[in-house]
Amino acid sequence: MVAPAELLKKIDLSKVPAPVRAVGGAAGRLAGRLVSGIFLFFFNIIRRISHRLARIIYGLGMGLVRLAVGTVRFAFAFARGTVRALFGLDRVDAQTVTRARLQLLVAAFSLVFIVIAGRLVFMAITSDPQGTRGGGSEAVASARPDIIDRNGDIVAIDVKSPSLFAEPKRLIDPDEALEGLLKVLPDLDVAEARARLNSGKGFAWLKREITPAQQRAIYRLGLPGIGFVRENRRIYPDGPTLSHVIGAVNVDNQGIAGLEKYIDGRGLAELHLAGFATDRQQEPVRLSVDVRVQHAMRDELMRAKEKFKAKAAMGVVTDVRTGEIISMVSLPDFDPNFGGDPRDNAYLNRLTTGVFEMGSTFKALSFAMALDSGKIGLTSTFDARGAMHFGRFAIHDYHAENRVLSVPEIFLVSSNVGTAKMVLSLGVDAHKAFLRKMGQLDRLRTELPESAEPIVPKRWGELNSATIAFGHGIAVAPLQAVMAVNSMMNGGYLIPPTFLKRTQEEAQKVAVRVLKPETSDKMRYLLRLNAEKGTATKAEVPGYYVGGKTGTAEKVVNGRYAKNKLLTSFTAVFPMDKPQYLVLVMIDEPQPLPETHGYATSGWNAAPAAGKIVERIAPMLGVMPRQNLPTADQMLGMARQKVADRQ
Amino acid sequence: MMSRADRTVLSEWWWTVDRLLLGTLFTLIIIGIVLCLAASPPVAARLGIADPFHFVNRQVLFLIPAIAVMLFTSFLSPRTIRRVCIVVFLVCLVLLFATLVIGPEVKGARRWLNIGPITVQPSEFLKPAFVVLAAWLFSENSKRPEMPAQLLAVGLLCSVMLPLVLQPDFGQTMLVVMVWGALFFLAGLRWIWMVGLIGFGVGGAVLAYHVVPHVQKRIDRFLDPASGDTYQIDTALESFRHGGWFGQGPGEGTVKRILPDGHTDFVFAVAAEEFGIILCLILLSLFAFVILRSLTRALDEQDPFARFAATGLALLFGLQASINMAVNVHLMPAKGMTLPFISYGGSSLISLAFGMGMLLALSRRRPGAAALAALSEPAGEPQGRQAAA
Repeated sequence: MVAPAELLKKIDLSKVPAPVRAVGGAAGRLAGRLVSGIFLFFFNIIRRISHRLARIIYGLGMGLVRLAVGTVRFAFAFARGTVRALFGLDRVDAQTVTRARLQLLVAAFSLVFIVIAGRLVFMAITSDPQGTRGGGSEAVASARPDIIDRNGDIVAIDVKSPSLFAEPKRLIDPDEALEGLLKVLPDLDVAEARARLNSGKGFAWLKREITPAQQRAIYRLGLPGIGFVRENRRIYPDGPTLSHVIGAVNVDNQGIAGLEKYIDGRGLAELHLAGFATDRQQEPVRLSVDVRVQHAMRDELMRAKEKFKAKAAMGVVTDVRTGEIISMVSLPDFDPNFGGDPRDNAYLNRLTTGVFEMGSTFKALSFAMALDSGKIGLTSTFDARGAMHFGRFAIHDYHAENRVLSVPEIFLVSSNVGTAKMVLSLGVDAHKAFLRKMGQLDRLRTELPESAEPIVPKRWGELNSATIAFGHGIAVAPLQAVMAVNSMMNGGYLIPPTFLKRTQEEAQKVAVRVLKPETSDKMRYLLRLNAEKGTATKAEVPGYYVGGKTGTAEKVVNGRYAKNKLLTSFTAVFPMDKPQYLVLVMIDEPQPLPETHGYATSGWNAAPAAGKIVERIAPMLGVMPRQNLPTADQMLGMARQKVADRQ
Repeated sequence: MMSRADRTVLSEWWWTVDRLLLGTLFTLIIIGIVLCLAASPPVAARLGIADPFHFVNRQVLFLIPAIAVMLFTSFLSPRTIRRVCIVVFLVCLVLLFATLVIGPEVKGARRWLNIGPITVQPSEFLKPAFVVLAAWLFSENSKRPEMPAQLLAVGLLCSVMLPLVLQPDFGQTMLVVMVWGALFFLAGLRWIWMVGLIGFGVGGAVLAYHVVPHVQKRIDRFLDPASGDTYQIDTALESFRHGGWFGQGPGEGTVKRILPDGHTDFVFAVAAEEFGIILCLILLSLFAFVILRSLTRALDEQDPFARFAATGLALLFGLQASINMAVNVHLMPAKGMTLPFISYGGSSLISLAFGMGMLLALSRRRPGAAALAALSEPAGEPQGRQAAA
């Protein structure tokens, strides 16, 4: 291809013959004019159209402006004229004034009628001609999902039963109706039933949950204005065994406490409002609790509570690997099948809603902190001679040894002075940070709606750290302390406790590493050693390799620590070489007995109770008794060997 | 049918009277009987009267004189109406004062007189006569400025208010004052006076609120339902809710059995429960038609007296109806006001028939009157246009 310009250059124009040149020139000019003409034509059209459009837009705009100005002027003039006529300012003639005012009256009356008509239409739209039941429909007890334990045993279930109601407005003769009803239901409160039948209301309950036989008998009376609704009633086959875990429902089958309330909060209430949850089969809620363990635990706690004439007794069993709560008992408890006064002491779940100064049990946290810091080892020693003095306060030991103690010795004799010195050597800020990391300074929330905020000193100085080191001066929920001890046993993972079934993999997702695995090994050693030689010997169960820590806290009465009002606790873990379960037992104000030689400290009441519980529940949980178990020192040696092998 | 060529009194009446208005009034009367059938048996049962239709029978019995009064009055000329009203007013005023002395006390008020076997409420008959007289005085004011008509009108109001407040009957007092004020307003009241009159009204209301305990209670209850017993209005609202658009059907109402004053003050609610809110809307539009028709006809009226009197009578009727309906649907605090022609009540029925008869008479087409009015005033351009319209 040759470009046209090059082509032109190549052609010598002078050589082109004249006629061709003339014709070619004319054709070229013609073509040029044609092109420019067409271009101009379209340009003109576009120019004219845009000109027109602009004029139209301008005209419209100006028109609107004039319209607005005109309207405003008209409205102003109209208003002014009306006002002048109404107030008779012009006084042109009385006739005009009267007519203007009469028109205003007509307008006012029209407005009044429109308002009344609007109100009537509104009432017609919001009316409810069929709704004879009044407020009854939303009060009908709704269906709830079943609750089962970790093995599938039923813990809570719905049973359908009819309820009797009246529509007093439709009753022909209330007295006749009452007479008939009393024949079938002799236990009906006559005065109240009469008042309800004569109330003239659209709906009134007469008796919730009657038997099918009673329903048939009342049906045969043929009373108008008396009807039945099938309602769901919640049944707890185990009675009070699971009371604090389950909570309770009200007469309308709405959860008011415990896991029942949690189920409502999880979206069941919304389902009910939408009307979906009525009779549909709902997925059962599977708990982490084992009813058999729960029963054994409750049984042992009741015995201990009775034996030591205690005010209250509490116990928790958790799986240290998953944070699942296998059992939780707080005595006194209640039967959720029957309502009661919620202010009653029995309705207080001490393990989640109560906060306590845990005493020596809390020392475990101090040891974990010390050993995890890397600065203090099992061979470190602290001077536990004499008392520690902070201004006018002094810290003593319960059984003062008055010598320099090594770390395991401090643990075994449960020395307050030694523990305090150990913690203070690491500093107040480190102590505070460690406790926050272990979840002891914030409110612990589980599925249970009931929870309590720990009581933490507002100003935290050396004295506070010294007392908190051995479990005084800070009050936490027992479940919170259990979570921390779990982490010392399971290799260093802090896992929030749960009442719902959870696998180890699921637990790992929510777990937070808070301690080194070696620290966990050392803590296991200390707890086991305590059961062999220390304060926890009464909790030892042969074959299950139990370890534990006692705790005896003096209760605060009228702002002072009372020597004779104790809260004893015992934390047992088994088997210690590979911990699986933790048992916490707490006894509130146990009394000294002749066989305890006048002692009421933890080692004499909580520890043996925990031992009995371990003995009963271990087989249920599939933990086999073993023989030829290593001593604590051998266990620590094996753990060290393992660490060395890994490195 | 009557021929227009007939020049008898009857045929002249037929061709000049507002036949639509007349028809509407008769429709209201018929609806009133039907609703009385629905609303009064439970009341009779509550009062222990053996005959469930006791009130219906009495109402029908009263209808005969009422219709006679209405038709007869509608034949009268404006001048005769004025004269009749003077007589009725004076007689009733005497009777009204008599109630204070010899009337039996019912529910803490002396409003009724026992004349032989029947009980009469003079204030009911006084109202229309008073309105006509007030209208006359205001129209005279514009015709003959030398007569102290406005002063006389104030005196007239005071003479009626005094016994009504003493009875006490605040509903009627309020009604009378409102109609009187509206007429004064129409008569070209100066704005400074208007402010004064409104101030007087507000002052009176505030005074009543503070001095009379039961007025205070009613207003408090309306503003804050929790402050007292609102059983009656709650039940009335329940009637509307239960009735819905189409109602439960005749005789199917249940709320009416417990609704106090179901046959009088709260007949509107009973209508809603049995026949539906549709009927309520029809009733409302019938009342609206009567009032707006009368007012627009008064607008075209040339004779000042006829215009004022017709306006006043229409206002009396309209205020009573709209206050009653507003109370029923809970737009206003409870006020003892009956629904014209629908509520049960003999005195009220005959008084209403009297008033409506006068309204019919005054709204009759009187070509002569228009011509007379046109002659008596300087013929101007606007006047001529009006006459043409």
